[in-house]
Amino acid sequence: MELLLVVLVGLLYASGIYMMFRRSMVKLLLGLLLLGNGANILIFLMGDLAKGTPPIIGQAEKTFTGVYADPVPQALILTAIVISFGLQSFAIILLKKVYVSTGSDDLDSLNVQDLDI
Amino acid sequence: MTVNIILAPILTHMVTAVVLLFFWKKVQAQRLISVIGNILAFVFCCILFSLTWNLGPVTMHAGSWQPPYGISFISDTLSSVMALLAATAGLAVGIYSTVAIGHSRTKYGYFPIFHLLIMGLIGAFLTGDIFNLYVWFEIVIISSFVLLTLGGKRMQMEAAVKYIAMNMLASVIFLTAIGILYGITGSLNIADLGVKVARIENRGLVNVSALLFFIGFGIKSAVFPLYFWLPSSYHTPPSAIAAIFGGLLTKMGIYALIRVFTVIFSPDGFTTNLFIALAVATMITGALGAINKKSIRRMFSYLIVCHIGYLIAGLGLYTEIAFSGLVFYLIHDIIIKSNLFMMSGIIYKIRGSTDIRRLGGLYKDYPKLSFVMAIILFSLVGIPPLSGFWPKIYLIEEAIDQDLYVLLAAIIFASFITMILIAKIWAEVFWKDLPKPNPEEVDQFKPLPVMQKTALIVPVVVMAIISLYIGLNAEKILMVTDRISLEMLDSSLYIQAVLGP
Repeated sequence: MELLLVVLVGLLYASGIYMMFRRSMVKLLLGLLLLGNGANILIFLMGDLAKGTPPIIGQAEKTFTGVYADPVPQALILTAIVISFGLQSFAIILLKKVYVSTGSDDLDSLNVQDLDI
Repeated sequence: MTVNIILAPILTHMVTAVVLLFFWKKVQAQRLISVIGNILAFVFCCILFSLTWNLGPVTMHAGSWQPPYGISFISDTLSSVMALLAATAGLAVGIYSTVAIGHSRTKYGYFPIFHLLIMGLIGAFLTGDIFNLYVWFEIVIISSFVLLTLGGKRMQMEAAVKYIAMNMLASVIFLTAIGILYGITGSLNIADLGVKVARIENRGLVNVSALLFFIGFGIKSAVFPLYFWLPSSYHTPPSAIAAIFGGLLTKMGIYALIRVFTVIFSPDGFTTNLFIALAVATMITGALGAINKKSIRRMFSYLIVCHIGYLIAGLGLYTEIAFSGLVFYLIHDIIIKSNLFMMSGIIYKIRGSTDIRRLGGLYKDYPKLSFVMAIILFSLVGIPPLSGFWPKIYLIEEAIDQDLYVLLAAIIFASFITMILIAKIWAEVFWKDLPKPNPEEVDQFKPLPVMQKTALIVPVVVMAIISLYIGLNAEKILMVTDRISLEMLDSSLYIQAVLGP
């Protein structure tokens, strides 16, 4: 399971960066989405996976005994997902607006303002 | 020592933003409430600074969860100075915006977002938790996205695409670094990380994480080679917005770099050499980028990049004197850069252009205003005894001490180019006769009522006086920066303040 996730994280980062290098605005957006998901799974992975052992102290015990799933990464991921949801929805609307005003999906067509120094 | 007043400036801005939402589309009421909120936050930041100065670092643990488990807020000297500067710039730009930002932008939520931005900045300066820092960063960048695109001109949209793509990438890299750091230490509290990272045996992963932090913060603070989003976006929004961006946003990245590389990681030779090399490249490319620009706001955008180089150089030199110079430059830079963009806004109001070929004759028409602007411009270069001079002396002294002559040459080169640019601006905008005016470029400043003129000029004048004070009373500022540099070198003070002895 861990090996699978490691490979998945690598794939998500690689494809995200590759997509960002493309000239299309949609691909830029997809790249950002993939990178965000890659980072989330990385955090999940770094918190040590433990199956079927929730971080709840049993009634008979006072402290944790044995291995338990770390709850912090899950809280972090939840926060990160909410934040990236907000950022990405903003980015989608912005790119839509840019597309409407320039009529092109090509990122290289956005250099109009840089021509007049 | 636990003090709840740490949260006061953050809460003030949050409450102001929420109250402002109830006055949606009521422009006059929004302007008034915003100024009141800014003044309150400024007062709280002053109180916080004096507490920190007199009592040493003060902390606050959210919900009384003891560190390292809960989220801590800590105000040491550096944090409280940065918060105070953010509140000062926020107050000045807030007053300036009441006139400089038009009705339509104010109607669609300029002031609430502005307060959320300042809240995020102050929060980032005061937090003691690395993930909480990430959240404050996100609050700042989402607010800056809205401010950058507010108004919806095509130029703003194009700039925003570059700005958003780079900043979201920086956030992902920052998050990755946090993930790796949590994986190897199991902690998020900055002070606790400082203790735990030193004990990690797998130095490879620690270095990877440190460099990821550097890349993430480097994009945000516009370090070579990742600065290209800055000059192509900062000249597009109205000057009040550019003032707060130019003054504070990049400096937030620098603050985070200082925090991470003094408390959590102790840089080895490779990292400090990397800092110095990038500082040299940043100074030279920023200076060369500025030199052929015709619009004063584009020049100032490149000068932001150029002067970030000084700050990175201070971090790379990593000694007491260099840190003192770095913090002094940080203080000087926040005041002067926000003032430069406010100044360019006034020039734009007077002449209807920021292109130096179309400007001229300002000294003849507005001699007193030109005198204030001269102070700002000369402080930027650091003509002695104005404020930019002292930190450069410190950095140059330290560069000579460590035999880093390339860095020395770069510092002098960047200062020299800045001086050429200032001379060019002075000659073209203030001394040259006004070229044949374009019928569209009319003076919108003269017909303004006295109250509105005052609201535009007073922040600029007060900020100019502050930078004069920094220059002429350098020994007082040096007292503060010397203490900060001691705290930066000896991270155990910070760690003890949070975790207890």
